[in-house]
Amino acid sequence: MTPFETITAGIAAAVGDSDARRGADALVTWGERILENWVEARDETPTANEREGFRLLALQRQGAKGDPSFNACRETCRELVYHRNLIHDEPENVEMPKRLKMAAMVARHLCLFVQGKMEEDALGEFCCSSRPLHNEKPTEEVPNHA
Amino acid sequence: MSEQKDLKRVAYYPGCALEGTGHAYDRSTRAVGKELGLDLVEVENWNCCGAMEVKNIDPKLQTYLSSRVMSIASEDMGFDTVMAPCNGCYHNLKKAEYDLTNDPENVAVTERLSEKAGHPTYKPGSVETIHALDWLKRAIGEEGLKERITHSLKGLKIANYYGCMYTRPRHIFPEKDQGPGSESTLQPHFMDDLLEAAGAEIVDYPLKTACCGGAHTLSDSDTSTKLVLNLLEAADECDADIIATECPTCHSGLEMHQIRAETKLGKKTNAKIVYFTQLIGLALGMNARTVGIHENVSDSINFFREKGLA
Repeated sequence: MTPFETITAGIAAAVGDSDARRGADALVTWGERILENWVEARDETPTANEREGFRLLALQRQGAKGDPSFNACRETCRELVYHRNLIHDEPENVEMPKRLKMAAMVARHLCLFVQGKMEEDALGEFCCSSRPLHNEKPTEEVPNHA
Repeated sequence: MSEQKDLKRVAYYPGCALEGTGHAYDRSTRAVGKELGLDLVEVENWNCCGAMEVKNIDPKLQTYLSSRVMSIASEDMGFDTVMAPCNGCYHNLKKAEYDLTNDPENVAVTERLSEKAGHPTYKPGSVETIHALDWLKRAIGEEGLKERITHSLKGLKIANYYGCMYTRPRHIFPEKDQGPGSESTLQPHFMDDLLEAAGAEIVDYPLKTACCGGAHTLSDSDTSTKLVLNLLEAADECDADIIATECPTCHSGLEMHQIRAETKLGKKTNAKIVYFTQLIGLALGMNARTVGIHENVSDSINFFREKGLA
């Protein structure tokens, strides 16, 4: 498991990379580290597979299996991939520093979200949107409605 | 989604938040509807949708609570559409619709509780639940809105923030992702479309559906503050003057944690937090007070005065 402090520092360093494409790739890799932490915390082995050409997206999918509330970071991961592609497709664009910084903010959000999720056991359900919907057999005792 | 449905008169389910911290959203939604000739008929004797607290303890009870709102709208009031501006209410009514269509256990509990409460059990498919964004997009549309704009939002740079519950989980929103004209769960755009029609410049905001930590705001405020701060800093980085919202929970969270980030972390951010209905109201020439700008915690009145909108 990679310490979140290391990941946070890595994300900050990637923004300063003189080669924007390398910086963007580094951000995607840090994104993978974040999701690996989540998967490993669930006693699973992080997948080496790719989805739509990116391991990051495969890891996100793996992390959401059995915990649909983890899909709250699905678009964040896709945004990170989008920004990486944008930077690779137009390396000479004048907006490059801004794009790299924005990609870093997306990566940072992913990091904050997963950190928060990993505190869930101690603090209660983190995400309000969807988990119970998918729980066929809720862990909590269901009261007698009648 | 029935595109041809007349949405000029719909059942209106404000929900609890719009009577409290989200009052400005209620005020501006009603005002905009009135100005546009759209009739909102409040659901009689409505109850909580079961958002967050009930749902996390007893999901089937939440299904029942939401079904009661839809039952009243359809059986007692004769409506086929319920408009819920709050993301939590909108999500929960959609979820109840899904549960009652697909889960016999949920149906059994809802039937039992409805009988006990003495009202007809909601029949799935009797009403369509829509969000305020669907309502304005389908009832008026961009072209209709453009025709009515008297105070263009030109010069305003807006980052649209949809939050997490407007599009997730995808399967409870079968009308979305249906190609051109429908809303996208990956890249929602209805708010972008409407505010652009009102003259605003929409910035490319990469965190439009990212988590704001709303559910954790009491149990772990620091995480919520950090998440919101990142949303705010990203908006500043996009040069956005405003973050437009369409959810009272997100709106309150952004406002409160913007202040907390400044006082606790020394991080000042500049984007104003404004409901999209308030922005549309201003563009329609309505008074800032009429759309409840003074009720926002995020102080934007001087900004709008400078822009000639208040």
